[in-house]
Amino acid sequence: MNHLPLIIKREYLTKVKNKSFIVMTILSPIIMIVLIAVVAYLSQLNNDKVRTVSVLDESGLVQETFKKSDKTTYHFLENMSLEEAKLLSKETASYGLLHIGKFDTIETVSDHVKFYSEESPSLTLISDLENKLEKTFTNIKLQQQDIDIDLINASKIRVEIAQESFEGEKTSKIDSFAKLGFGIAAGYLLFMFIIIYGNMIMRSVIEEKTSRIIEIIISSVKPVQLMLGKIIGTSLAGITQFVIWMIFGGLLMTIVSLVIGINLFDTATSQQEFMQLAPQGSGFNFYFESFKTAMQNLPLMNLIIAFILFFIGGYLLFSSLYAAIGAAVDNETDTQQFLLPIILPLILAVYIGIFTVIEDPHGTVSTVFSFIPFTSPVVMLMRIPFGVPLWQQLVSLLLLIGSFMFTVWFAAKIYRVGILMYGKKPSYKELIKWIKY
Amino acid sequence: MNNLLEVKEVSKNFGNFKALNKVSITVPKGSIFGLLGPNGAGKTTLIRIINQITIPDQGQVFLDGELLNPTHIKDIGYLPEERGLYKSMKVGEQALYLAQLKGLSKKDARTRLKYWFERLEIGDWWNKKIQELSKGMAQKIQFVVTVLHQPKLLIFDEPFSGFDPINANLIKDEILRLREDGATVIFSTHRMESVEELCDDIALIHKSNKILDGKLIDVKKQYKINTYEVGIRVNNKEILEQELSNKFDISEANFKTLEDELKLNIKLSETDKPNDLLSYLSSKGEISHFVELIPSVNDIFIQTVKNN
Repeated sequence: MNHLPLIIKREYLTKVKNKSFIVMTILSPIIMIVLIAVVAYLSQLNNDKVRTVSVLDESGLVQETFKKSDKTTYHFLENMSLEEAKLLSKETASYGLLHIGKFDTIETVSDHVKFYSEESPSLTLISDLENKLEKTFTNIKLQQQDIDIDLINASKIRVEIAQESFEGEKTSKIDSFAKLGFGIAAGYLLFMFIIIYGNMIMRSVIEEKTSRIIEIIISSVKPVQLMLGKIIGTSLAGITQFVIWMIFGGLLMTIVSLVIGINLFDTATSQQEFMQLAPQGSGFNFYFESFKTAMQNLPLMNLIIAFILFFIGGYLLFSSLYAAIGAAVDNETDTQQFLLPIILPLILAVYIGIFTVIEDPHGTVSTVFSFIPFTSPVVMLMRIPFGVPLWQQLVSLLLLIGSFMFTVWFAAKIYRVGILMYGKKPSYKELIKWIKY
Repeated sequence: MNNLLEVKEVSKNFGNFKALNKVSITVPKGSIFGLLGPNGAGKTTLIRIINQITIPDQGQVFLDGELLNPTHIKDIGYLPEERGLYKSMKVGEQALYLAQLKGLSKKDARTRLKYWFERLEIGDWWNKKIQELSKGMAQKIQFVVTVLHQPKLLIFDEPFSGFDPINANLIKDEILRLREDGATVIFSTHRMESVEELCDDIALIHKSNKILDGKLIDVKKQYKINTYEVGIRVNNKEILEQELSNKFDISEANFKTLEDELKLNIKLSETDKPNDLLSYLSSKGEISHFVELIPSVNDIFIQTVKNN
């Protein structure tokens, strides 16, 4: 008799109907949105503060350089010594004092610029000042040498390297960003999914053990069936939760951004970045267009299929181990020592993914780790947007399926024995022994 | 085929530990079979093998003449000693689920559950969660779930634990009724008085080996001690006791009487006849008590286990 659908249904329904599950499903996106909104609001608040910077310009070169901006006003001090200026800016509670001394050459002047302040100043402010001074001093230097600044500005040429693969596929930097985004999102999603729902499976196994219903159940169904039913049912509940989060989160984001007027989808910086990438930058339209082509340039079909296959394979590989751990112990506190060897390769995979795949998606490290079963789902998912040869994907997938079948077999063995064992916490040695039972 | 279940030379090892060593039992159709043994003897392992939870290393099990296979799951109802239910699930839902796992359709399961719930007067529990029920209440539901699919073979491991005497009696009557309806029952317990009361056949497992089995009555005959409990009113107890001790093996007996009588256990030799003893005693005084001592299951259990 095949009871798998029945078990899946029960596991799914009990998970979905569980109060804490429902609360989490509804609350999580709200909490996330509130958090993001608060962070966005706070950083805006911070940006809104206007700083006053006192400037003591003894060289007389930078009168024109500092204009009042949204964030900073400049207060020029005149006819006083440095000590007086320091005292004054302290009294007037200026953010700091910029001191430009008087020297013969422009090089010496620029070498002796100093900023005095109560606390160490913000990095952005300093680099902003540096930029402005650099520009002014360079212009002065150029003028001193009788060089036409307008001519130089007019002669500036921007280079934007267009990228194209040998097969004729056009790509751009935005493409790379999109690929990276996709890869990291997919890999990270899998990582989160495994940890959250793997734990849920483990707890559900422990629950059956502690409530002592397990022997009643397995007198009716094979332990393997029960285990698979649990894994599949819990995963379906997980997918349900994820989908609800996506929809709900998206809706909330839209509402919140409309209400508060903060564009949560793309912060100012990322927009700037994209703007800079645009060669003949024509605002939002260009950004949108190039993003669209970037999307089109992604190997979408491959991505979707690979995502589904590697997601399922990777998830089953790990979740069966979670089930085995649940079967081996009596309570959750005993699970720690067994969880570590599972979580380590996962974390390793995420870091390898983030650090090496960005650097070189087809380098040795990322290639090797995209074959090793315990890291391959995450690393491969991160690599695929950059185009991975089909044979590599297939070999990796086969390895994954092979080891997935092995872990399910292995987990089923431990599960079968473990669920009927009560009392002491087993050692690794005992777990190995159980396989022979 | 008169035997519902035949276990043939079944062995099971867990690592270096031998849980069962070539154990064979036969359970006649329609009987109540007592599976006895001290803690850790291997009873639970044997029961798990019959339920196909554990696979034996050697030996075979036949149910109704067929080699045990997965289709037999629906023919067996098992109430394990370590039992429980999903705490946060509703009683009705849970019972339906467990019944469906045994192969009943949802509709059938619902009708039968309704019947049983009414029968045991627990109908209003349907929408309660297990965690709201007492232990005895949960046990009742477990009992219902065990018998619901009308299995040929019922296996009860300590079925009365957790029940008050009234409910224990109720369950006992239900078990007897199920037997009358044609079910065969395997009954594992440490309560010897229930074995005495219910079982037709017994098997005793000790240290992974079966050391005794058969019809309860035959086992008792086998353990017959040829001893009679006697009460007699005489004027001089000491003289009669002296006389008797010359002829027989006697020991002091302890039972309730109305008057101050001589109370003795008298063991007869193979050749002695109880009638001769009776007529000899009647010539000495007035007999108030004359009973053959039948070994209780308890005695047999203790004696056999100690001797092995």
